[in-house]
Amino acid sequence: MNYFEHIGKYFIMLKQVFKKPQKWSVFKETLFREIEDLGLKSLGIIAFISFFVGGVVAIQTALNIDSPFIPKYLIGFATKRGIILEFAPTFMSIILAGKVGSFITSSIGTMRVTEQIDALEVMGINSLNYLVLPKIIAALFFYPLLILLAMFLGIIGGYYAGLLTDLFYSEDFVYGIQLEFDPYYIQYALIKTLVFAFVIATVPAYHGYYVKGGSLEVGRASTQAVVWSSIVIILLNYFLTQMLLG
Amino acid sequence: MIEVKNLVKSFAGTTVLKGVSTAFEKGKTNMIIGQSGSGKTVFLKCLLGLHIPDSGIIEFDDRKHTELDIKSQRQLRKEIGMVFQGGALYDSLTVEENIMFPLKMFTKQSHGEMHDRVNEVLKRVNLANVNEKFPAELSGGMQKRVAIARAIVMNPKYLFCDEPNSGLDPQTAIVIDNLIQEITKEYDMITIINSHDMNSVMEIGEKIVFLKDGVKAWEGTNKEIFKTENEAVVNFVYSSNLFKKVRESYLNETK
Repeated sequence: MNYFEHIGKYFIMLKQVFKKPQKWSVFKETLFREIEDLGLKSLGIIAFISFFVGGVVAIQTALNIDSPFIPKYLIGFATKRGIILEFAPTFMSIILAGKVGSFITSSIGTMRVTEQIDALEVMGINSLNYLVLPKIIAALFFYPLLILLAMFLGIIGGYYAGLLTDLFYSEDFVYGIQLEFDPYYIQYALIKTLVFAFVIATVPAYHGYYVKGGSLEVGRASTQAVVWSSIVIILLNYFLTQMLLG
Repeated sequence: MIEVKNLVKSFAGTTVLKGVSTAFEKGKTNMIIGQSGSGKTVFLKCLLGLHIPDSGIIEFDDRKHTELDIKSQRQLRKEIGMVFQGGALYDSLTVEENIMFPLKMFTKQSHGEMHDRVNEVLKRVNLANVNEKFPAELSGGMQKRVAIARAIVMNPKYLFCDEPNSGLDPQTAIVIDNLIQEITKEYDMITIINSHDMNSVMEIGEKIVFLKDGVKAWEGTNKEIFKTENEAVVNFVYSSNLFKKVRESYLNETK
């Protein structure tokens, strides 16, 4: 199957996904389970990575500023900009594509090869709608919150890096953070996050839903899902940056 | 009655079913047998609506399956119970949640009513104290029973089973066979079983359809299969010495 056929099949899948749920009470129950699986269970890793990468960004910036003519508050300014514009929405989405994407593909793929999806279809349930729609809604709802948390912890990480290494004063860092704060950048980051959340929920679901074979193929599909989700995120990031900031 | 007329199905240029016609009656356990690759699973999936036939007619009590609108198809599917080869129980749900699932989706029963119904069908398949267990915590035989309980929880008119005995020891296999036959009578259903297990065929096959290379090569009852001279059936069913001897002794007794 060539790339265009895959893209076509992906959009046909989406048409089936976006149908009215057959039973709202069951949908609600599934949605809460997905929020836990896809969102709450990613809190730890996102918090951990954000904090330390924020610290590293601040240290790297401080170490690379040699000139005494460049004010130290630029460390805070650069860390804030880097984290809000790129690191939190894009880098964290790629991390989530790896963690959550492989989970989505392997769980749906296993359901496919063990005939659990056939069992849903035999009962007269739209399996795509039942399995994928709650994942999309959960990701769209929860990932912006995760990214806001990543922004906050990234900047806190940078602040503590200064305190622990003595490379810059915390007052300078705080001043840099407050300097030229533009709320549109948060908006820009959240718009990107929503698009990436959609990709993280649907591309792995596509790979899992149409898997054929056994456990080996499910493993391969998981790898493919992570690779393709990351590629799509990187490409969309380029176009969205051009469109929203260009 | 389920009637199948001239069913044809192909995949990528290979015709798997080449005009199969047969009928299945109410209250009977019907068996589909044949070698691997003979088209049994495709036949069953066509009946279930998981494959769309290229041509032919499938009628569920005078309702043409392929010509039904979406609403009627959904209604028909609510009347179908299915036991898959591996059970196909939802791993993330407990036994109770698995069985309750069709009730939650398609009925307006209260939680208490659903819970009672779950216990009723679990009792019917001779399982107790497993409500809160997950499928992975059960033995193969228990998983099959849960799958049967889930299949009958909506009081289906039609029950389909794909290799219900695969992977089970002979003793458990007989228990599952008898259970399916008893339930078929109790619920007055049309039961269609895909099987490789000749013990099951001899025990509960009230009607047997033998498929060979996508064609119906023979049909009859479990008594008639002993007497048939059809070469394809004899080569398939009596390939083992044990079954050859069983057949000889049956024929000697009935002479």
